[in-house]
Amino acid sequence: MGRYVARRLLQMIPVFIGTTLLIFLMVYALPGDPVRGLFGDKGGSPQVIAQLRHQYGLDQPILVQYWHYMKNMILHGDFGTQIASGRPVTDVLGDAFPVTLRLAGLSFLIEMVFGIALGIVAGLRAGRVTDNAILLFTLLLISVPVFVLGYILKVIFAFDLNWLPPNVNDPTNYNEMLMPAIVLATASLAYVTRLTRTSIAENLRADYIRTAIAKGLPKRRVVGVHLMRNSLIPVVTYLGTDIGALMGGAVVTEGLFNIQGIGGTIYQSIVRREGTTLVGLVTILVLVYLLANLLVDLLYAVLDPRIRYA
Amino acid sequence: MRGAKSAKWVAIAAVVALGATACGGGGDDKGSSKAAIDPNGVFSVESGEPQNPLQPANTMESYGSIVIKSLFSQLVSYDSAGKIVMVNAQSVDSKDNKTFTVKLKPGWKFHDGTAVTADSYVKAWNWAAAPANKQTNSFWFSDIQGYDDVAPAKGKPKATSLSGLKVVDDSTFTITLSKPMPYFVYKLGYEVFSPLPESFYKDPKAAGQHPIGNGPYKFVSWQHKKQIQVAKFDGYKGPDAAKNGGVIFKNYATPETAYEDLKSGNVDVLTQIAPKDLPVYKQDLGDRAIDQPISAIQTIAPAFYTKQWKNINPKVLQGLSMAIDRATITKTVLNGTREPATGWVAKGVLGFQPNAAGDVTTYNAAKAKQLIKEGGGVPGNSITIQYNADGGHKDWVDAVCNSITNATGVKCAGDSKADFQADLNARDAHQVKSLYRSGWVLDFPMNANFIRDLYGSKSDGNQSGFSNAKVDADIAAADSASSLEDSEQKYQAIEKELVNYMPSIPLWYYKVNAGYSEKVSGVKFDQAGDPVLTGVQVAKK
Repeated sequence: MGRYVARRLLQMIPVFIGTTLLIFLMVYALPGDPVRGLFGDKGGSPQVIAQLRHQYGLDQPILVQYWHYMKNMILHGDFGTQIASGRPVTDVLGDAFPVTLRLAGLSFLIEMVFGIALGIVAGLRAGRVTDNAILLFTLLLISVPVFVLGYILKVIFAFDLNWLPPNVNDPTNYNEMLMPAIVLATASLAYVTRLTRTSIAENLRADYIRTAIAKGLPKRRVVGVHLMRNSLIPVVTYLGTDIGALMGGAVVTEGLFNIQGIGGTIYQSIVRREGTTLVGLVTILVLVYLLANLLVDLLYAVLDPRIRYA
Repeated sequence: MRGAKSAKWVAIAAVVALGATACGGGGDDKGSSKAAIDPNGVFSVESGEPQNPLQPANTMESYGSIVIKSLFSQLVSYDSAGKIVMVNAQSVDSKDNKTFTVKLKPGWKFHDGTAVTADSYVKAWNWAAAPANKQTNSFWFSDIQGYDDVAPAKGKPKATSLSGLKVVDDSTFTITLSKPMPYFVYKLGYEVFSPLPESFYKDPKAAGQHPIGNGPYKFVSWQHKKQIQVAKFDGYKGPDAAKNGGVIFKNYATPETAYEDLKSGNVDVLTQIAPKDLPVYKQDLGDRAIDQPISAIQTIAPAFYTKQWKNINPKVLQGLSMAIDRATITKTVLNGTREPATGWVAKGVLGFQPNAAGDVTTYNAAKAKQLIKEGGGVPGNSITIQYNADGGHKDWVDAVCNSITNATGVKCAGDSKADFQADLNARDAHQVKSLYRSGWVLDFPMNANFIRDLYGSKSDGNQSGFSNAKVDADIAAADSASSLEDSEQKYQAIEKELVNYMPSIPLWYYKVNAGYSEKVSGVKFDQAGDPVLTGVQVAKK
């Protein structure tokens, strides 16, 4: 187990370098210059532009820029400086990440709890009315675009019923975060439900379940331990990759509910060609993905005793 | 053992589910109890995260400059008709429009209690002009004598201070320009020409996070990506003292969410309305809706460096201009957020004259066709209009194109660039294929700003490559006029002439579409489209 983890951690190094380099090159390839962009329609004094470009090292070859960037990041934990605001990127990340973590955490809980619960109910009653109703419900969630759902929820719960505030003004207030978290969770929730339902329905017919029932085990134990543990493997795989998607891919939801998180910051960094900010953000997301995947693989062993890591 | 683990999992899940539903149950209206009016009432304005640190000469975009404007006062300002008003200056006099003597009002203080002296201005401007300090607006000092030594186009700076700035005594200093400019006083109203306290130079970076100014408000806090708060400065001596206790600039990601928050009472003043809400906002807000023209203009400019437009007969451009049905497009496609332009100078500035372009801006399909024919036709009989896709321009560009094609048969298509950066890039590199969208918001309220800075062949704002010896000579003459009035009239004459050269096709003037909550009153907008914060009154409950 220990060797397996060590090997996996070592494998992360080339993946990490590859992804950051790729992103660095892609930002570089975009037309537009972050320094020139500061001056807008009116154009700026060439001296100041040259000074700024020099300060941020933009006048050097791309691979040299990448080398300096990685060196500072790994040795000093320094992600560089934002060109427009002059703030260290670590500060910018420090502003955005807690907000997104709260949002992603909340919606992850929602999708996990409700997704698995619905999936179990549907799987146990496969083919009956409950199953069909849940199928319909999840199909609806998958097919309605996020922003449509967001507006509908806003109109109903914020403007008509006045139960929830329409937008987030204070990201530490979970009351305000609830609606965006639900919206963000819906599509994944539906997938979790479908996955759980399928594997539950399948495993229900497996030999070991029949044995367990024949042994006279109470139903709670049959479903809760024997059935669940074997059925959850595909679900856990999906949930693991979804953590990353929830964190980085919430651009639409964040914009819809005025949440100043990672998604919006990524979008802004692209528009303003803030390469350093973008690479810093994505680097952390890459790490989150890699760690989540490792965690998922380790969870397999816990869930299914047949899987062993040497 | 493993069974126990699973059981724990389920237990945790159940607790969380309960917690989530408990959240959903209650707690909605937190009671908007911030009512008791007083001159100390605080209100909030929809804004965003400033791109740059809050240094007066380093701020160009609107989120930063609205904060800077509240924190810093300049020597002069201007009223809604474009007339100069003295603020920190007692007087700004000049005999030859080249050397200006500035006398400061006595008793002014910075928010940290130090006095505002002539030195506060001179030192601040010298600091901002030096390229080493990397202020984005430093070229504003280029009119002042000695700028070329401080910031030479090539090589090391030869001087660290502008030779045209001289401190006479504590409350007097002189500004000498490199050449006469009758309307220079107008430029002094821009935030770039703010004074800075002595404490700024110790750590300019820290000062950009916690600015100390001389304006009607003093800085309180900046919670990044959330809000900036300023409070009334009691020691303010200017004519525009705040009628409220302070302002909170709230960060909104989109205008849609801000509008929703306005309706539910979470924000008091909006500076823009999202396209989605434009058709309903007047109905929603009643007399709290704002719809007024500002001093900004939208044009489409031919790229004069291309083969197509290089030696074009202006009649062709006049024809294209007459083929655009501005009245219909502004009313329908743009939802009444623009007003058809009749010249090159926007409304609300000194020297604005209605109908400066004559009938060239009125829609007349027959005449348009005829003019294009007389001018020898559009080379290639097809044009494109370059625009940035992230600015909401697509709809009107398509409408303009349809209008041109329907009226004249000239093929027309939009040439979309992914975003403003890419659009600028193509313009700077002279890669525009045919025509491009161009816009101009006033820097100072005088017609010279809309003519000299856009159509002078060497101006920073001239990106189309338009160059005409006669226009350049006229501009030089207007710049060396003996008085402001004389200069204004000469520029008016140039504007009347522009129709014979068609450096761009004027489309429409911008309007500000905004609104405010029931909590505040007296909300006015200036000609740059920014709310006049000091005049806002917070109502009693």
